[in-house]
Amino acid sequence: MLDLINVSYDTQIPNNVNLSSDKRVLKALEKWHPGYINWWNDLIPDNFQQSLVYLRTAVSVDPKGWAKFDYVKMPEYRWGVLLAPQVEDRKIPCGEHVGEPAWQEVPGEYRNMMKRLIVIQGDTEPASVEQQRFLALTAPSLYDMRNLFQVNVEEGRHLWAMVYLLHKYFGADGREEADDLLRRSSGSEEAPRMLGAFNEETPDWLSFFMFTYFTDRDGKMQLESLAQSGFDPLSRTCRFMLTEEAHHMFVGETGVGRTIERTCQVMKENGIDDPYDTDKIRALGVIDLPTVQKKLNLHYTLSLDLFGQEVSTNAANAFNAGVKGRYHEHRIEDDHKLEGDTYTVWDFEDGKAVQKQVPALTAINMRLRDDYTRDASGGIGRWNKIIEKAGVDFKLKLPHESFNRQIGVFAGHKFNPEGEIVSEAEYEKGMADWLPTKADGDFIQSLMEQVTEPGKFAGWIAPPKVGIDNKPGDFEYVKLHMA
Amino acid sequence: MNQPIKQHLIDPEICIRCYTCEMTCPIEAITHDDNNVVVDPDKCDYCMACIPVCPTGSIDEWRVVKEPYSLDEQFSWEELPEQEEIEAAGAGTEGGIEALDDAMAALLAEAHKGAGGKSKAPASAAKPTVNLYNLANPVEAVVQGNYGLTHDESDSDVRHIILNFEGKPFPVLEGQSIGIIAPGEDENGKPHLPRLYSVSSPRDGERPNYNNVSLTVKREEHGVCSNYVCDLKKGDKVKVTGPFGATFLMPDDPEARLLLVCTGTGSAPMRAFTMRRQRAVGEKSGGMTMFFGARTPESLPYFGPLRKVPDTLLQKHLVFSRLPDKPREYVQDRMAVEEEVVADLLQDPKTHIYICGLRGMEEGVEHAFANIAESIGQPWHDLRDTMRDEGRYHVETY
Repeated sequence: MLDLINVSYDTQIPNNVNLSSDKRVLKALEKWHPGYINWWNDLIPDNFQQSLVYLRTAVSVDPKGWAKFDYVKMPEYRWGVLLAPQVEDRKIPCGEHVGEPAWQEVPGEYRNMMKRLIVIQGDTEPASVEQQRFLALTAPSLYDMRNLFQVNVEEGRHLWAMVYLLHKYFGADGREEADDLLRRSSGSEEAPRMLGAFNEETPDWLSFFMFTYFTDRDGKMQLESLAQSGFDPLSRTCRFMLTEEAHHMFVGETGVGRTIERTCQVMKENGIDDPYDTDKIRALGVIDLPTVQKKLNLHYTLSLDLFGQEVSTNAANAFNAGVKGRYHEHRIEDDHKLEGDTYTVWDFEDGKAVQKQVPALTAINMRLRDDYTRDASGGIGRWNKIIEKAGVDFKLKLPHESFNRQIGVFAGHKFNPEGEIVSEAEYEKGMADWLPTKADGDFIQSLMEQVTEPGKFAGWIAPPKVGIDNKPGDFEYVKLHMA
Repeated sequence: MNQPIKQHLIDPEICIRCYTCEMTCPIEAITHDDNNVVVDPDKCDYCMACIPVCPTGSIDEWRVVKEPYSLDEQFSWEELPEQEEIEAAGAGTEGGIEALDDAMAALLAEAHKGAGGKSKAPASAAKPTVNLYNLANPVEAVVQGNYGLTHDESDSDVRHIILNFEGKPFPVLEGQSIGIIAPGEDENGKPHLPRLYSVSSPRDGERPNYNNVSLTVKREEHGVCSNYVCDLKKGDKVKVTGPFGATFLMPDDPEARLLLVCTGTGSAPMRAFTMRRQRAVGEKSGGMTMFFGARTPESLPYFGPLRKVPDTLLQKHLVFSRLPDKPREYVQDRMAVEEEVVADLLQDPKTHIYICGLRGMEEGVEHAFANIAESIGQPWHDLRDTMRDEGRYHVETY
């Protein structure tokens, strides 16, 4: 049993940053750690804390060591500080310093910019755990409950990763910021999380799957661009986090896919061909496809807002400084400075949306958002294959990026999901078909029930095709603590 | 004729195109187009670095093929092709292909024939890797230790050998065997063929995560390989092939009950099973019963450590045939005495039976099973065939 008060850091924090010989950082982390454990313990309901969860723990960064599966009580999960191996002679990949040796320390002129980026990234990690804190109570299976907890502990580890950078490279300011990461809380009145999307509760499992598919994918894109940073420790941290982020993408994509699969299966079994026969479909205890489309519209558009303004000087500065690169910067063949290049962005002129060319340097956010949309559309195609295979006539699609936006050029204008401007009246009328209504939410909520028998699943979702770590279908992924 | 090869594939229906495998592959053997992520059969060297990083499990797919599927074929797939019937290998097992080269497949088929029909792996067994290394391409292991398991006074010399693969991948499951190639040549001037030894350590290593395996080897008079192995010293280098075997595997289901019957070095896989259970579920589940026969306690491999395994994990019946002042007792005799225990196990659909040891033990053990089965109104051959077809009856004798 792990002693949570007298944790021996040398052995209890798996790390590849030689923490044991870095007394200053070690001391700082030791001071921060109890607050973290308190945060975790206050958050997750107690009986889940006591349960044995079949988790994947990273104990080193090589492929052999980072996927060790075992039963763990979550408070005893080994949150480590793990950076991808250092690449010899790595160069700054973009901006005015392109080709110079990557920084191993923070350059003074970019210190504030860098700290800000790390804090924003760090703030989202605990926020999502807070948003998902009650979901285990309605987990549709032990398999799904385990996946939720895996996502949760890894978001916790990502917080650790960011806190390590703050402590190691940003002195007293960094320590203060690290403390604030535990002080802010999702949905709090006085100290909310920094980004809007991270202050909404995740009320049900379809929302969770959509969140991990769309919103965590924004996180993935941000990590991808920070992995291109000229500041080497940040780059290495983010590269390793991306391997874990892939699991979150998996939970989202397969979760939505299994929901769709079950709906189609039940429709077919009951001879329902019309996907819009929603009353009949809902009466069978599954989520109709039009509602899935509405959830998709909501989560996709909320996530687009996270990319910020289409044209942004902050983003241009970060790129130019070499602090943040583009998605797959190393695979792009250009001068990596964007001198004189242009990029197509949306703008709003004379009452309509128009596309125009702007200096590429200022369109970094827009470009990342386009990469995001391309990445996100792949899964929609695979979901449609499930529907097609079942023989149901329905196609999911991403709404136009102008729909339902609060940030950027489209904010404040009424677009329908096709990207056409509509009147106030048409908009009000259409909304019930475009975004989930309260009644839709209540219906989804009504299906949420906790299923704890190994190998059994709630009626609205299909079992997965493959178990975690190749486990058989009825594997007991969570050994629930019965108080 | 071309030897079939084992091709590494990715299941396009399960893959989520996160490209983590592609980023992880140290030799850029993984690539993608707009449709699929695929493995280049000309480049992949089976290093397995991509397996643990995959969040979906779609990466762990294998097909034995005579001609590997090309990249273009793989790009066009919407689902994986079925495993085609390959005649040359497998020795007619449905549960999986035991070995890709004919000689090893034949050895295993011979060892498993006591099951009375086609062997099948337990339903919940992990997927085995076979033939990662062969005679033409063996892996070099380093001897980490060589310890005597039997008393000097006893008439047999059984040794516990630990081999370390250092950085090289060697994914082996409990119940699988590895081949050891003795140096030198046989009387016809040809290099020695590998001899098969069942591993006695669990899948995560003799010491967890140390990429080592242990073997339990008895010195045979005039045995070229067994003498070579038993004389190995720390630091010696050994040529190894395998792993082999795809049916004599343990169920991963923690609820499964195991009935283990063995003699002598037939205890090797049983030790691996026991250690795996101990590490995977601790002492909470257990559900294992063992009948283990030897001449004397001094000649019973692992006698000391075995006694320390708690009964809650493993119910042990150690049976001796050469104790002074005692009548000779064999495993089948003790099974008859413990009739009720065995009968209870035979009636439970969660029970998996493993028999391992010298060929000579088969007859007596089968006879004991037949008697007990009939006492509960079950014709033994029907029960055995059912269990075997369900992957619950396994024999490996030599």
